[in-house]
Amino acid sequence: MQHSSTQDTLVGLFVAAGIAGLFFLALHVSNLGSFVEQEGYTITARFENSGGLKIKSPVSAAGVKIGQVSDISFDLKTYESIVKMRINAQYNSIPDDTTASIFTAGLLGEQYVSLEPGGSNEYLKENSTIEITQSAIILEKAIGQFLFKSAEEKK
Amino acid sequence: MMEFFQTLGRNTRSSFTKLGRATFFLLHTLTGIIGLLPRPRLLINQLYSVGVLSFLIISISGLFVGMVLGLQGYYILSDFGAEETLGVMVAASLVRELGPVVAALLFAGRAGSALTAEIGLMKATEQLSGMEMMAVDPIKRIISPRFLAGLISMPLLAGLFSAIGILGGQLVGSGLLGVDDGAYWSQMHAKIDFYDDIVNGCIKSLVFGFVATWIALFEGYDAIPTSEGVSRATTRTVVNSAFSILGLDFILTALMFGDD
Repeated sequence: MQHSSTQDTLVGLFVAAGIAGLFFLALHVSNLGSFVEQEGYTITARFENSGGLKIKSPVSAAGVKIGQVSDISFDLKTYESIVKMRINAQYNSIPDDTTASIFTAGLLGEQYVSLEPGGSNEYLKENSTIEITQSAIILEKAIGQFLFKSAEEKK
Repeated sequence: MMEFFQTLGRNTRSSFTKLGRATFFLLHTLTGIIGLLPRPRLLINQLYSVGVLSFLIISISGLFVGMVLGLQGYYILSDFGAEETLGVMVAASLVRELGPVVAALLFAGRAGSALTAEIGLMKATEQLSGMEMMAVDPIKRIISPRFLAGLISMPLLAGLFSAIGILGGQLVGSGLLGVDDGAYWSQMHAKIDFYDDIVNGCIKSLVFGFVATWIALFEGYDAIPTSEGVSRATTRTVVNSAFSILGLDFILTALMFGDD
């Protein structure tokens, strides 16, 4: 059995390349490097209907992603949907009269929460609640209303 | 009629016997791995023949699979005006399915068949019995290092396959077809989850490496020690590995990606 050092080098290169490939997948392809364990604070918003919003859906302000949805639950008293959002710590000066709306990215794209800042001097902090919300637009409802309306106009 | 049932019974019994032998063989191999610790040289030699020599075929196949995914994905996605999600499509299909599965199939064809033929020939030329005569346990000395090498190489090869495939998809997608480069990466970044996709893909490739190496080594060790027997064993290795990999892939996918 030959103990050549070229063989050792090749094995070393192979293992290094394999590990580099796995690192590339972990850091460059997956979301591990971005939002997962960043520091931040959690805010809550109540929506009449949260539509197709999911955990990990983006939360954006002016089109920039500033956090993600961390929990969605149903309130048995008010029959509303309670959406908890984790906002990155660096975005710490969002006014507390901010409006939250659920929009769809593109016609068939995923739904996300859009925050439109208000004018208050008080800022949102851990566990604060957004009071003014606008529910998701349910496509089927909108189409239904449109058809109903155009049928009435024809009468 | 009677004869039919006799053959059926004999075949069933012999296949269960073989499974039993294979299980004992596996246990013996696993205990032999501990004995490798003071002798890493044995493992490094096998990492070379199992891993390094499969490196080229895996990386070239990965590149082409990624490029084909980029092309096909682009044609389909552009119908919906969703070319930007090309990165997600390429990365998800590679990391979740094609990476582990295709790399394992290539591994079974490239390294598995070589292992079977090598060990089968060792048996045919009575090298294994020679070792036993010298009170060297052939499973510990020959089989265990190869098994561990297969187990280590497979996740590395599958990771490489996926990584190179994603770069190949990017090459075709944004290089040739004009998908926005930033969108390719950022959409991928947003949708591919570390635990759900990458870790599960690694677990898959580890399981496939385990099964493919086990089958290859056992078929070689269990081969009839003639040239015909070795050639049959090599064929069985490739066929059985392919079946087990694809079957296991279905089960693992159902377990891992079921609730989403």
